[in-house]
Amino acid sequence: MNLLLIGVNHRTAPIEVRERLAIPESRLGEAAARLVQHPGIVEGMILSTCNRVEVLAAARNGSADLRAFLRDYLSTDLRPFEEYLYEYREQEAVRHLFRVASSLDSMIVGEPQILGQVKEAYAVARQVGAAGGEMQALLSRAFAVAKRVRTETAIGASAVSVASVAVELAKEIFGSLKGKQVCLVGAGKMSELAAQHLIASGADIIFVANRTRDRAVEMAERFHGRALLLEELYDRADQADIVITSTGAPHAIFRREHGELFLQRRRNRPMFFIDIAVPRDVDPEMNKLDGIFVYDIDDLQSVVNHNVADREREAARAAEIIENEIERFAARQQTREVTPTIVSLQEHMETIRQAEVDRVRGKLGKLSPEQERAIEAMTRGIVNKVLHMPITTLKTAAREAQATTVVEIIQRIFNLNARKISESGVSDSEKDSQPD
Amino acid sequence: MPLLWSRVALVFYGVGVVYALLSLGRKHELIQRLLAPAVLMGAAFHFVALAETAMLQGVVAPASAHQAESMLAFLIVIFFLAFWSKYKTTMPGAIVFPVALLLLLPSAFGGMAPEFSSPLLRTAWIAVHVTLIFLGYAALLLSFVASLLYLVQERRLKSKSPKLWRMPPLEVIDEISYRSLLIGFPFMTLGLIAGAVVAQVYVGAEFFDDPKIILSLVLWAVYLALLFSRWSAGWRGRKAAFLATFGFLAALSTWAANYFSQTHRFLGP
Repeated sequence: MNLLLIGVNHRTAPIEVRERLAIPESRLGEAAARLVQHPGIVEGMILSTCNRVEVLAAARNGSADLRAFLRDYLSTDLRPFEEYLYEYREQEAVRHLFRVASSLDSMIVGEPQILGQVKEAYAVARQVGAAGGEMQALLSRAFAVAKRVRTETAIGASAVSVASVAVELAKEIFGSLKGKQVCLVGAGKMSELAAQHLIASGADIIFVANRTRDRAVEMAERFHGRALLLEELYDRADQADIVITSTGAPHAIFRREHGELFLQRRRNRPMFFIDIAVPRDVDPEMNKLDGIFVYDIDDLQSVVNHNVADREREAARAAEIIENEIERFAARQQTREVTPTIVSLQEHMETIRQAEVDRVRGKLGKLSPEQERAIEAMTRGIVNKVLHMPITTLKTAAREAQATTVVEIIQRIFNLNARKISESGVSDSEKDSQPD
Repeated sequence: MPLLWSRVALVFYGVGVVYALLSLGRKHELIQRLLAPAVLMGAAFHFVALAETAMLQGVVAPASAHQAESMLAFLIVIFFLAFWSKYKTTMPGAIVFPVALLLLLPSAFGGMAPEFSSPLLRTAWIAVHVTLIFLGYAALLLSFVASLLYLVQERRLKSKSPKLWRMPPLEVIDEISYRSLLIGFPFMTLGLIAGAVVAQVYVGAEFFDDPKIILSLVLWAVYLALLFSRWSAGWRGRKAAFLATFGFLAALSTWAANYFSQTHRFLGP
């Protein structure tokens, strides 16, 4: 069996190309079913996300043409996309799949969604019967590798966007964010993103302040908070545990004296200011107050940079794990493919030997123990010498692409039915391999 | 035999120290999984050692300085375990375990120790007095450790420097510090009352004119001040750590008073 993989991802292809090749989720099952009907393909699955389209197939004798499948399925001429497509075989395909599942190939390295997407794609392929034993062996390994990478490296441990870093810092201060109150000052894409991240972690937006009443009301409705004018902030902001600021004000809105006032009203409970505005809305002097933590956009960005560097270091460790797993997988695959044939070949020859020995013994009459042993040794010797070459050939073939061909030839020459034998044990093998 | 059990407990606590220190680095599930059994086993053997000593000597209250230290170590570990099961942070262990380890060390390696040689040791009142006071000490230690950790975490967040190690969230540390004070204070108070009752009944008023007693009252007052400053003004961070350090020093000197007090002291071996 040969593994083939063809695909495009966010690095090789722009969005225009990816969307042309993408297969919508609702049609993935049908596409996978079509894939295994394609000539030469035995099993297969398709992964299609916004960042990648991957077609994975186990083919007989490496003759399958995945490009042709894509062309037929999408009814598109693939030639204009040729430069964006990558194609992997065998070990390369395994490596690529392991990297994808472990999120090393993701746009944001270490992001956890991709593993779920691969699992989903595999489940769909199984449902329509496109994925069988081969895919199971490969995919279950890929999931195990992804888990190993996740537990043994810190690849997904740190936040790598400004909004998620803000949430993580908030958690370092408050622990759980459930029920923590957030005040949003000013509007802006980044600050709203941060607010949404905080809400997702269980925090509530209580106030939304803006220079104009209309804008404040509009945003307050969206976030289920109360609208405030900037001037009202000083009386209310102390009710918030987290304050996100992003106004266009030329001077700092929150200064040291406000911080002191807030702390007094809050009886020194800590307060976290996330200042996304440039020029800054929060006077950096405030950070000197015990219990007030101020992070401006540069501070957040430097944490992001640090975490990104962290992830890259961890990605290198993850790559090592994957290399190691590829070797283990290859070794396992080899034996998986040829072992049943070797076993049944040996059983087959042993049956013949036994039958012949029994037959000849009837003619020879009573034999001395030495003679018995000599016959045993001679017949075994012949069988072993005869089998030596085919078994060696099988073992070597396992390491090469044409394993299936060799296995089939040997099965036909010796009239074996490897699968039947390996699955149903000795009694069947005896029945099947009676000499003609 | 108690010696052997103490040594076994010591080994387990040693493992606890190593893992608590390791868990300062990366979060590692394996460490978390190994830490619990190690410390629990340590505590179990420690308990056996304490119980056996008490049975052999026929006294419930610790008679020698070494036994007292061992019992205090045990209660500290129990206190840590209780807070750990609630807050899931092993961080204080990095400081608490070494302390417990040091306290257990003398009794695990035997040797003669100064002793209390009062017949009063056989009364249940004394056992209650000692246990309650020690619980108060253990709580104070945990609170002190937590307030130091608070300072470290506050520094870390303020400096905006990339993370070097993992810390529990600031508010969790604060809660541990406050809660352990809150729990420890009644123990300390009741322990002092129990002691006073015993002293009044068996010794009389002259017992109270002693450095040990005065230091105990100072300790109690600091304890109260700590609680009150937190409760009323929400003191935390530097101020709280300062006060907690003061409380810890008061506790240390009260403990040390066992060696120079006239009425409440260990006698030489």
